[in-house]
Amino acid sequence: MPQYMLLLRDSGSFPPDMSPEEMQGIIQRYVSWRNKVASGGRKITGHKLKDREGRLLRGKVGAPVTKDGPFAEANEVIGGLYVVDARDYSEAQRLASDCPHLDFGTIEIREIEPVG
Amino acid sequence: MLATLTRLLGSRHLALAEEVVQEALVTALQQWPYQGIPQNPSAWLIQVAKNRAVDRLRRDRAFDSRERDVAAAFESRAAGSLSAASADAGRPFEDDELCMMFMACHPDIPREARIALTLKTVGGFSVAEIARAFLAHESAIAQRLVRVKKLLREREIPFDVPGEREMPERLDSVLEVLYLMFNEGYAAHTGESLVRQDLVAEAIRLTRLLTRHSATDGPKTHALLALMLLQAARTQARSGADGDLFVLEHQDRSQWDRSMIADGLRHLDASARGQEVSAYHLQAGIAACHASAADYAATDWNEIVSLYDALLDLEPTPIVALNRAIAVSRARGAAEGLRELAALRDDPTLARYYLFHATLGELSREIGDEAAAARHYGAALALASAEPARRFLERKLAAAPPR
Repeated sequence: MPQYMLLLRDSGSFPPDMSPEEMQGIIQRYVSWRNKVASGGRKITGHKLKDREGRLLRGKVGAPVTKDGPFAEANEVIGGLYVVDARDYSEAQRLASDCPHLDFGTIEIREIEPVG
Repeated sequence: MLATLTRLLGSRHLALAEEVVQEALVTALQQWPYQGIPQNPSAWLIQVAKNRAVDRLRRDRAFDSRERDVAAAFESRAAGSLSAASADAGRPFEDDELCMMFMACHPDIPREARIALTLKTVGGFSVAEIARAFLAHESAIAQRLVRVKKLLREREIPFDVPGEREMPERLDSVLEVLYLMFNEGYAAHTGESLVRQDLVAEAIRLTRLLTRHSATDGPKTHALLALMLLQAARTQARSGADGDLFVLEHQDRSQWDRSMIADGLRHLDASARGQEVSAYHLQAGIAACHASAADYAATDWNEIVSLYDALLDLEPTPIVALNRAIAVSRARGAAEGLRELAALRDDPTLARYYLFHATLGELSREIGDEAAAARHYGAALALASAEPARRFLERKLAAAPPR
């Protein structure tokens, strides 16, 4: 089964002054979404990326340039990623389409090239 | 959680505890969607919050050597309690919530600040939610909380369950706050209903917590919980008819929450263990009369009148007297009720209270005096501010045109 990477971009901010219940509600939505994907027989794993630092290599010599923050395109940084099994792009898109993250940012889907 | 952190840090670091708890929650919000919820979420959150707090205190220590002892003491206490927390996830947090309640309801804290502080620190309500519940401005609630936290620091108000000697007075103060919290939520004359249901649920949860702890599970605590459960069981049937004077009469009793009523009656039994009869006992008794009547006509009004007699002895307030008069009118007829009300006519509080005039209107109509009924309903309408009550009175007036 092909694997797809879901890159979750967001602007890094949830609404301020959220109550613990509201936060719990958001977390619960993600958990439910993952359970739903998994219960459809599709393996899913997630990784949170560290917020504070990142490195970008550029140019022929590849000298590292350290910047203060992660590398933002249009103020959106990749906060984390999921790797999910899917038959094809359209299934991957269908699985991602009800991810609660879409309330907070965008999701980029890329197929992982299988080895060999 | 906040309660646990406050125990670790001491009440004078309540603000720090709040900050690190908030930060831990935000961290969870960022990590858990990807990594899943950890085995023991509470212990995870406490660990993260604790680490933050230690970092902060270490950083501050560089500027203020007096903090050194606090940080050291905190680190050793934190180590101990954390192993306890992971060994038994349920108990220690509940104990901490209890300590937090006693701190927030301490007699040194101004009465009007106690509910807000309890909701914020024990209930985890946001400033915005508290403001909505009390129809106050957020800034006013925020200021009140800042002032009271300063007070906690200055007076070094203890974070613990009081000893046996102080317990009766301290427990009374906590029960009073929970009673007011419940009433604020239950008296649905104003405000957003959703937040208000949260108040009711939180008051019940915290009172239940007190009934489960050997130091606080006295007869009064059970009586208060019984009162709350027996009242809240009727919430569903009550909504939509807000402001109706004899609204019980028209309630669909099949909508009452039977299991809640049974639970309330159990706690009413438990409250009868000692000799003590508090106002909570009597009010719970009245609520039980209503809750166990098969229908309005079957209500034992004589029993209710005698409970009100006893309540009036304990709390001789005009509102209790008014409610007693209503009960008398059901037990012995409208004319008798009107005689009781006539004795209260000069009370300045009742003169401004729309329900007093609405009751006069209702009873006047029952004895066939439509002119008096219209006059009294008019007076009630002039005083009523809440919209459902106004609609109710306008309907009553329309039904009784002055002749």
